[in-house]
Amino acid sequence: MASLGVLDSANLNGGQKLAVKYFTVAIALFGAQVLFGLLAGLQYLYPDFLYGVLDFSVNRMLHINALVVWLLFGFIGAVYWLLEDESGVPVVGLALGNLVFWVLTLAVVVVVGIYLLVQVGPGEMKSIWLINEGREYIEAPRWADIGIVVCMLAFFYNVAATFMKGRFTGIGGVLVLDLVALAGLYTAGMWYTPNISMDQHWWWWVIHLWVEATWEVLVGCLLAYGLIKTMGVRRKIVETWLYIEVALLFGSGILGLGHHYFWIGTPEYWLAIGGFFSALEPIPLVAMVVHAVFDAGHHKLKSTNNPALAWMIAQAFGNFFGAGVWGFMHTLPQINLYTHGTQWTASHGHLAFFGAYATIVIAFVYLAVQKWRGNVWMSGELVGAWRWKWAIFLLHVGMIGMTMALLIAGYEQSQIERAIEGSGWMGYFAAQAHPWFQQGMTWRMISGWVFAAGFLLLAWDLLTIGSRESRPARRLEPQEAMAVS
Amino acid sequence: MAEMTTNYWWASESFWKKMAIWITAASAVVLIFLTFDTVAKITAGGKRVPAYSVINHRIDYVFDEKRNHQVPVIGPEEPLFGRSLSESEAAELVNKGKLTVQAKNCMNCHTLLGNGAYFAPDLTKSWLDPAWGSKEVREQSMIEFLMDPSDKLHNALGRRMPKLGITEEEARATVAFLKWMSAIDTNGFPANFKPIDQADTPAEAGAQATPAAAESSPVQ
Ligand code: HEC
Ligand code: HEM
Ligand code: HEM
Ligand SMILES: [Fe+2]
Repeated sequence: MASLGVLDSANLNGGQKLAVKYFTVAIALFGAQVLFGLLAGLQYLYPDFLYGVLDFSVNRMLHINALVVWLLFGFIGAVYWLLEDESGVPVVGLALGNLVFWVLTLAVVVVVGIYLLVQVGPGEMKSIWLINEGREYIEAPRWADIGIVVCMLAFFYNVAATFMKGRFTGIGGVLVLDLVALAGLYTAGMWYTPNISMDQHWWWWVIHLWVEATWEVLVGCLLAYGLIKTMGVRRKIVETWLYIEVALLFGSGILGLGHHYFWIGTPEYWLAIGGFFSALEPIPLVAMVVHAVFDAGHHKLKSTNNPALAWMIAQAFGNFFGAGVWGFMHTLPQINLYTHGTQWTASHGHLAFFGAYATIVIAFVYLAVQKWRGNVWMSGELVGAWRWKWAIFLLHVGMIGMTMALLIAGYEQSQIERAIEGSGWMGYFAAQAHPWFQQGMTWRMISGWVFAAGFLLLAWDLLTIGSRESRPARRLEPQEAMAVS
Repeated sequence: MAEMTTNYWWASESFWKKMAIWITAASAVVLIFLTFDTVAKITAGGKRVPAYSVINHRIDYVFDEKRNHQVPVIGPEEPLFGRSLSESEAAELVNKGKLTVQAKNCMNCHTLLGNGAYFAPDLTKSWLDPAWGSKEVREQSMIEFLMDPSDKLHNALGRRMPKLGITEEEARATVAFLKWMSAIDTNGFPANFKPIDQADTPAEAGAQATPAAAESSPVQ
């Protein structure tokens, strides 16, 4: 074992060595996401900025694709991180896992290159195969889709086979079943159809059933593990909560899919089904807050890794506000008729993705750097703790600022473009030109810069935290430690 | 808390494990059942999502008293670009338009049926937008705009659509796609939309404004 505070992969088990590779790419892509978000945001204020060079559509595509990919990399990394701990045996196909990591990373680089340099293709099937599918979040061309599916199968094999060889904890069981659903759903988004209603119908299977069902459950598993690890919460408590969460999340989220079937040509019964079930979706998110906060309070916030715990608590609240409250506010059809497809949606999309998913990945990266440095001290009075505290603070101020600015712009748009003007071309610009909208765009940009500053600080902190520490990590109390093993 | 989880059935691990399994399975079964019905109803050629040959007709968007919102109305024969197409020709043209929409990434600036990006107007009813001028010049204006929008600014913000290398063939197909899309029954989204005047005579224009005329042939 190397000396404390020094990055050394000898401190990690096999799965964890692979995990930190995924985390490294994830954080780099997070940076790319922020960069392209800033460019797209600037184009709202200065429409000629990069016009014809990197148009809004290109920046936005890179912004949201980087988001999806860095979160997926973060999730895969997090699963590899906990895999040997949970199953009790080494990862079964580690060499395969490594190969898949390099293939995926290379594919991401190639796709980004195509997005930047080729951008668009002729209106033919070959553009769909080679350049871009033009469907939000899952724009990746079909060759990449197929590659992703193959890589996911290999990843899934590794996870399932490792648990099968070792032991299946409650977390492990839920995780494996959830990954089947998560990967299977991706295939619903790979097909071409000229029928835009059919297209969006299946597109939402991927997008909604990911973020409001399978990803939530995945995060439930990660959080369960994280709470055991950082505070020694008893496994039985954590796993009981996990089952409650699964029941409530799937019970509301699966049919909650209907809140995207109000206006795309799908039948009228979805107005009632979608409205009703999606209105229940905040309930499990409340349960998750209660769970995290109760456990943290029960253990008097004494943890082995304060930044990770802080980000897990941020996750509980971010998920509740971003998905639960912001989602609920526009989920009933009576309201959604006017908010649909406005900055309202963007406001919710930002707070939900950040609050529910960015947070948990960041928490795991903090767990990782701690162990990578030889399980160094990361509790109270950590040397240089101001950095992680300022990073989490700035990122939240920036995100909440953007969310509020977009919300105000969205209200104005619902009122003027949708309700009064009736969503025509001129009505759209009447709303865009309104001072309230323009101020919203300015404040989004200001908040975006704050967010970007927070990101830089976060990146710096992840590279350095613990490097000037020589104390070993806080030990869990004996009864806490028992829960972990 | 530790005691609670062991003493009460409603807080027990095994109870919630069973609940998780049963609730998930039941929801999935209901979703699959509904999906079969929905997919049948949104296949092109049905009442809600019309056949592609609908582009041979005038399409309007008129208030329906019974449903209490606007609905697409298929009007008299009014072929796109003046040439009536067979079902398969129409399908091919709309298909080309959809491919163009995807390959040029329209949805990362625009919304279609309200989904996509918010940097540019919703295109659900673009075919019916009064800003094209008049019914007579609409088709030509749309083609010219799509092929090179960079010098055709329509707003005070200076926010232009870029030139995306759309050929004339692609532009025509895209217009067909937009016309077809405007005939989809979207349960009244967008609300309160004010369509372009498509009446042939002033008398018809007057009649068109009344809901009675609308009820003659709503798509439903
Ligand atoms: C980079 C962003 C961007 C992309 C990509 C883009 N547009 Fe546009 N589009 C705009 C903007 C901005 C306007 C408003 C232009 C104006 O007002 O002068 C517009 C206007 C339009 C209009 C007229 C608006 C209306 O309400 O009818 C149509 C039609 C249109 N675009 C179709 C398309 C199609 C089809 C594609 C894909 C082939 C596409 N656009 C791709 C930005 C974009
Ligand atoms: C973490 C979980 C969630 C995430 C990451 C998330 C994210 C998003 C995103 C990105 C969109 C926009 C999609 C697009 O580009 O068209 C969206 C739309 C929507 N979300 Fe969520 N969401 C979450 C949870 C919820 C919940 C719990 C609800 C309801 C209670 C909800 C309600 C909605 C609705 C109604 C829309 C459609 C908006 C429109 O009509 O334009 N979301 N969500
Ligand atoms: C520097 C900070 C950021 C800026 C300036 C920014 C800017 C933008 C812009 C301009 C768009 C396009 C919206 C539109 O179509 O009009 C967008 C979309 C989006 N961004 Fe960001 N963004 C930032 C950070 C983030 C972060 C941190 C997340 C999530 C973790 C995120 C998630 C999203 C999502 C999900 C969408 C699609 C929303 C939708 O379709 O409704 N962004 N962002
Ligand atoms: Fe949803």
